[in-house]
Amino acid sequence: MRAGAKRIQNDPWWLRAGAIGFTLLFLGIAVLLPLTAVFVEAFSKGVSGWWAAVSDPDTVSAVKMTLLAALGAVPLNTAFGVAAAWLVTKHRFPGRHVLVSLIDLPFSVSPVIAGLVFVLLFGAQGTFGPWLLAHDIHILFAWPSLILATAFVTFPFVARELIPVMEEMGTQNEEAAVMLGAGGWTVFRKITLPGIRWGLLYGVILCNARAMGEFGAVSVVSGHIRGETNTLPLQAEILYNDYNFTGAFAVASLLTLLAGATVVLKLWLERKIAR
Amino acid sequence: MSRPIPGFRLSLGIVVAWLSLLVLIPLAGLFLKASSLPPSRLWEVLSSSRTISAFRVSFGCAAMAAGINAVVGPVVAWTLVRYTFPGRRILDALIDIPFALPTAVAGITLTTLYATNGWVGRLLDPLGIQVSYTLKGIVVALVFVGLPFVIRTVQPVLEEFPAEAEEAAALLGASRLQTILKVILPSMAPAILTGALLSFARCVGEYGSVVFIAGNMPGKTEILPLLIITHLEEFQYGEATAIASAMLVLSFGLLLLGNRMQARLGKGWTR
Repeated sequence: MRAGAKRIQNDPWWLRAGAIGFTLLFLGIAVLLPLTAVFVEAFSKGVSGWWAAVSDPDTVSAVKMTLLAALGAVPLNTAFGVAAAWLVTKHRFPGRHVLVSLIDLPFSVSPVIAGLVFVLLFGAQGTFGPWLLAHDIHILFAWPSLILATAFVTFPFVARELIPVMEEMGTQNEEAAVMLGAGGWTVFRKITLPGIRWGLLYGVILCNARAMGEFGAVSVVSGHIRGETNTLPLQAEILYNDYNFTGAFAVASLLTLLAGATVVLKLWLERKIAR
Repeated sequence: MSRPIPGFRLSLGIVVAWLSLLVLIPLAGLFLKASSLPPSRLWEVLSSSRTISAFRVSFGCAAMAAGINAVVGPVVAWTLVRYTFPGRRILDALIDIPFALPTAVAGITLTTLYATNGWVGRLLDPLGIQVSYTLKGIVVALVFVGLPFVIRTVQPVLEEFPAEAEEAAALLGASRLQTILKVILPSMAPAILTGALLSFARCVGEYGSVVFIAGNMPGKTEILPLLIITHLEEFQYGEATAIASAMLVLSFGLLLLGNRMQARLGKGWTR
């Protein structure tokens, strides 16, 4: 229920004006100003300067690596998220709450530590390092570790969005379908999926935004090889540290557009879900 | 009786396998590696002044940012839920930007804005306030990163707050301000604490948005994640592992404590 006109009139004018003024000022400085600055800096040498940075072979390679990392991590975590939500909302078993907490665990692990655990496993001095070296398999400082690190940090996203949605749906429809003789796959496709599709898409979009924008975890495992293992956020970092600010912000502007698209899609989905 | 819904074994298998392979086994490996260090070496790493300072910076700045968001967030949430004004929907959408914007972008942008020749830094410099490359800069970056958490947890609670409670308070003679501070705010407290905890958890380990603006002076503005990376780059795996494990233990402990506090707070006010 939204606040009615009566309640608004209850608030003294100075409270109302103060709260709105404060919110405008705060969000203006904290969010709107940085967003504006990205594009002003990105186009500080005009459209041609922006295009030169964006079409640079190293940037194009970074776009490809970013897409690869997301394409590897997001489908895996989507399948996992659906399975996890199905498991904890349609079934009751001991340890269910512990499992939900474990799924959320990567949220409170620093991305840098998420990268470090894979260095410890696959690095030259790591657990599997010597064996991998002997068999000439490259995981660290190569695309497999980019996918692994990205998958680690985006691990809970889809599950987190789906669990409340499926919890609210209950289990009656599925139970009825099973009673009528439907198989597990049919029940999921015909009964569950139609009810969760927007929630699922919502989770996938958030997961994807984080996957494409991940910095800390990827930074540890990528090795920062230009034109090879750099993703877009890493490319922005390298250009920035080279004092190539226009280039860095041109790359940043691509990522900001991604963030903008994510927010717009999220709003659109929220309206769909509310309906 | 209804037959159980199928897919229990399959989904349990997928969940346990992926959770173990990707999260649990790698994390267990981290703690195993840390425990293989001789205790004296472990102590030496963790008690060095550089490590202690990094702990202070990371946890202190994260707590400060969470505190700022716990004060600012409810005001913003209140404004967005209770008042209608032109641009409200756009402001509401802006709240999600720190979630969606890659941290490295936030990092380089905030550093540029708050540098002494930046749009904001230029105004603060004559006042003798330096933000970029100081602890203040770290807090600014973390406030940005943690901004959505409190607002997004308080908003739904505020939307569903029963109008009857406010009317009752007004009928009993409370002024509007008294109603807000003594009736509405206390029932928001659990949500505010939840949001602040989420913000804190996110900010303690934050790297991308902080590393550019921090200046990274060892012993002064160096954060834990950067110290871990520094040790890794010098091939000091033992040091990196020791610090990472201690950091995880400390942040899990604090979060557990926070959850307990929150459970008690929730009970206290929903009698």
